[in-house]
Amino acid sequence: MNAALAKLFAKPWLWSFVGAFVVWLAAILFTGGYGAGGMVTAALALAVFTVIVGVGQMFVITLGPGNVDLSLPANIGLASAVAMKVMNGDDSLIAIGLLAALGCGLAIGIANYLLIWALRIPPIIATLSASFIIQSIDISYGRGLQIKPPPGFADFTNAQVFGVPILAILTILFTAGSAIALQRTIYGRSVLAIGQNIRAARLAGVKVAWTRFVTYALCGTLGGLNGALLAGYFRGANVDIGNEYLLASIAVVVIGGTSVAGGKANVPGIWGAALFLVLLLTMLNTFGVSAGVRLVMTGLIIVLVITAAGGEKAAR
Amino acid sequence: MTASALAARAAAPDVRRFKIRRILRALLPAFSLALVIAAIAYLNPRAISYFGFNLMLNLAIPIALATIAQMFVIAGNDLDLSIGSFVGFVGCVAATWLRDQPLIGGLTLVGCVLAYAALGALVYLRNLPSIVVTLGMSFVWQGLAILLLPKPGGRAPDWLLSFMSFKPPLVPFPIVAAILIALVAHIGLMRSSYGAILRGSGGNAAAISRAGWSLFKAKVVLFGLTGFFGVLSGLALIGITTSADANIGNGYTLLSIAGVILGGGEFVGGRVSPIGAVIGALTLAMAASPLLTFMRIPPDWQVAANGAILIIVLAARVLISQRGAER
Repeated sequence: MNAALAKLFAKPWLWSFVGAFVVWLAAILFTGGYGAGGMVTAALALAVFTVIVGVGQMFVITLGPGNVDLSLPANIGLASAVAMKVMNGDDSLIAIGLLAALGCGLAIGIANYLLIWALRIPPIIATLSASFIIQSIDISYGRGLQIKPPPGFADFTNAQVFGVPILAILTILFTAGSAIALQRTIYGRSVLAIGQNIRAARLAGVKVAWTRFVTYALCGTLGGLNGALLAGYFRGANVDIGNEYLLASIAVVVIGGTSVAGGKANVPGIWGAALFLVLLLTMLNTFGVSAGVRLVMTGLIIVLVITAAGGEKAAR
Repeated sequence: MTASALAARAAAPDVRRFKIRRILRALLPAFSLALVIAAIAYLNPRAISYFGFNLMLNLAIPIALATIAQMFVIAGNDLDLSIGSFVGFVGCVAATWLRDQPLIGGLTLVGCVLAYAALGALVYLRNLPSIVVTLGMSFVWQGLAILLLPKPGGRAPDWLLSFMSFKPPLVPFPIVAAILIALVAHIGLMRSSYGAILRGSGGNAAAISRAGWSLFKAKVVLFGLTGFFGVLSGLALIGITTSADANIGNGYTLLSIAGVILGGGEFVGGRVSPIGAVIGALTLAMAASPLLTFMRIPPDWQVAANGAILIIVLAARVLISQRGAER
């Protein structure tokens, strides 16, 4: 019994769920139990967006030190504009708009990898330079964009079954698929192998370049998907719509138990960490603190959680 | 002739070529700056004057200082994603407390530097990813700035205003300041013995540690220096803009990273160049706004210009190094 408990507590992802639960308890204690269920529904709905980009960022970060996609916010912003423009408020164009957003994200992911590969620069700088350019394209393309999402799309992104958002159910299925892809497919095992030791992986015959290409393309595509869904959920595209997802995508990966040094990933932890972050904001909002205090508290709690979780001991 | 002498003779041109390539690489930042200036001179000859440079390079001083700040953390293989909001917070302190209660304001700024040093200690002791820690801290600084100055406003202290509007004879102030900043950072990091230890802590931490130097101290010093130059950057910025805004520094995070890389810095291995970093900052400051204005390109594309310059310079760097790899 004790051994089983110890084994359970050794799971890094468990702590993110515990944290989310504690924050939720604190919030409903403050309201005296009022709105407890609604809070969970809202948290699930918002966490979805962080989870989607979090999964993409997780695969990228798992590739090893220096691998991180800084272009996600710009990517999300541009994809949200592309989706809204292509859909043009028309229900019959939803599928095409979604495909366009996915294509936009995919193109950005491919461009990121091309920069990394052709210029042999660290991915941080490649995605940073790309994000500069994407940001400008978005400002120029999405200027004064006032197109509302088609009603069908907006309803879909906000729909719920028994208080559980449909998007959350779909995203849970998606994350389950990602976990299987990570642990049980050649692609996933290659990502882990590259993160653990890129030279050993190459010598062992892992297709390093191909795997990295797929990973950046995947992360870009998920960014595009997120942009379209966000625009549907918040009923409109916006240049700044993706801004908070730079911190969020990296934070949920790390808080969720994935190693920043690469080679060790954890999918369930992303859900726990995303719920934790969203519920943390909900809690601070119910306490009625000002915007400044909310920012300071969010930042300090993230630093504290990272400190408590600790970096892994140096390998050598 | 012995075999080794033959080999030495054959190798000689290679060594020379290698040296040329290294010089080319080192000159690349200066070359890109010269190119931008030449383009501006071609488009608008009148901009190349005392007054013109004063105007065009006005905001280059805080950018250069923020870039130097970023350079110190990068020298230790870390990255500071909070420098922009930190510069904004310092600006807010400068425009409020530093004017009304100089003692409290001054102590707050000293506290800021100590906070950065403490962050370095935390990152080292718990072996934390600096990207996440500083991203978290960026929220903290931004929140503090909003608490201090909810609406844009405040006013810089008069001594700061008069210092930043100083007009030396012949050479515009931003150029004098840039040279001074580059020299101080160069001597401190590249020419002093402890500077070599600091760079070594990024280049080969194990070797530095085995040689008996404290990696903990090096990390704390590097982060402390980042905080110090971040404070200087915030002060310089407010001295130019005269009033503050909680979001005033937000663009500096990415600009400073870009400046370090443009200047020849690398992400790993403690390879940075203070002079290059300052040149990189100047290039970005001039290319982003004045060059585009003269080319009649809408300001929408300012950010893209920074990205494009970064990509072009990195591509040129690869071309130079690649020839080396082929031989």
